[in-house]
Amino acid sequence: MSADTHGHGQIHDQGHHDAHDHHGGAAHGSRREYWIGFILSVLLTAPAFGLVMTGVISDPRVTAGIVMALAMVQIVVHMIYFLHMNTKSENGWTMLALIFTAIIVLIVIAGSLWVMYHMNLNMMPGMGGEMSSGGM
Amino acid sequence: MSTTTQTAPGTAAPSYYDLDEHEHPPGASTMLGFWLYLMSDCLIFAMLFAAYGVYGGSYAGGPGPKELFELPLVAVNTTALLLSSITYGFAMINADEQNKAATLRWLAITGVFGAAFLSIELYEFGNLIHEGAGPWRSAFLSSFFTLVGTHGLHVTFGIIWLVTLMVQVARRGLEPANLRRLQCLSLFWHFLDVIWIGVFTFVYLLGVLR
Repeated sequence: MSADTHGHGQIHDQGHHDAHDHHGGAAHGSRREYWIGFILSVLLTAPAFGLVMTGVISDPRVTAGIVMALAMVQIVVHMIYFLHMNTKSENGWTMLALIFTAIIVLIVIAGSLWVMYHMNLNMMPGMGGEMSSGGM
Repeated sequence: MSTTTQTAPGTAAPSYYDLDEHEHPPGASTMLGFWLYLMSDCLIFAMLFAAYGVYGGSYAGGPGPKELFELPLVAVNTTALLLSSITYGFAMINADEQNKAATLRWLAITGVFGAAFLSIELYEFGNLIHEGAGPWRSAFLSSFFTLVGTHGLHVTFGIIWLVTLMVQVARRGLEPANLRRLQCLSLFWHFLDVIWIGVFTFVYLLGVLR
């Protein structure tokens, strides 16, 4: 973004430059970008469904690991090619908000699973067998 | 209002600080604001995912994901949503090029894919409820319906928004305000796609593997 080249003295100019960028369409991509994103997401989705539906890999844990890895990569692909995330848009504030949200999301999901799983395991004796299926 | 002068009143040459808001063009911060809204929406989905993660295995003697989920249907659903993402992209590109007719056409196609996605989801929900596997059956199904239903509601509102914008663009053309609205919906639509990646992976694929 052009605002990066300006010094502090011209700080008011930033708003105007940013505004121009929004209207000028700097924040979105080209046809090529959308096609790359689409093709990548097909290449990432199809194997995930294929692996689970055919059950080629006998160990479901391995399949689950691969499926989760594919999803992670696909989320990043969508972020870059469809949502046009980069470190420069809005002077980095969108990226900062995204990182902050990602950290909270990680804490909420991983934390809940971890706490509840162990809580189920440590329930009263005798309930363990019954409840453990509810953990994960 | 804080002090704007350094020197005591009455002395010569006061120095001024400009404390007034500068005039910003309308919508200069809309995209950042909308992005922050999306991030807060993301937190809502994080809660629902966490709830599903905790309750997803509590069947209460009822049916589990293996018996209930039909992966071919989910694959068709996912395809519809992926296609709607790229067609919305084409709508945005045409909007930037000030091609009104093409923009409206691609928006309409996006809406059709969105509607297809919703219809399949409603069909799936109807089937589940018909089989007696409604949200009341078990904690697993409650959390499933809440998570997937919330995503479906988002898509519903996205479609309503899309139709509204089509009317706006048809009547007023691709003016700056409409372009900004299209950009917001673009973020919203692609964001829903990202959430769906989590849903089909975490709920459907891992559910069937469980």
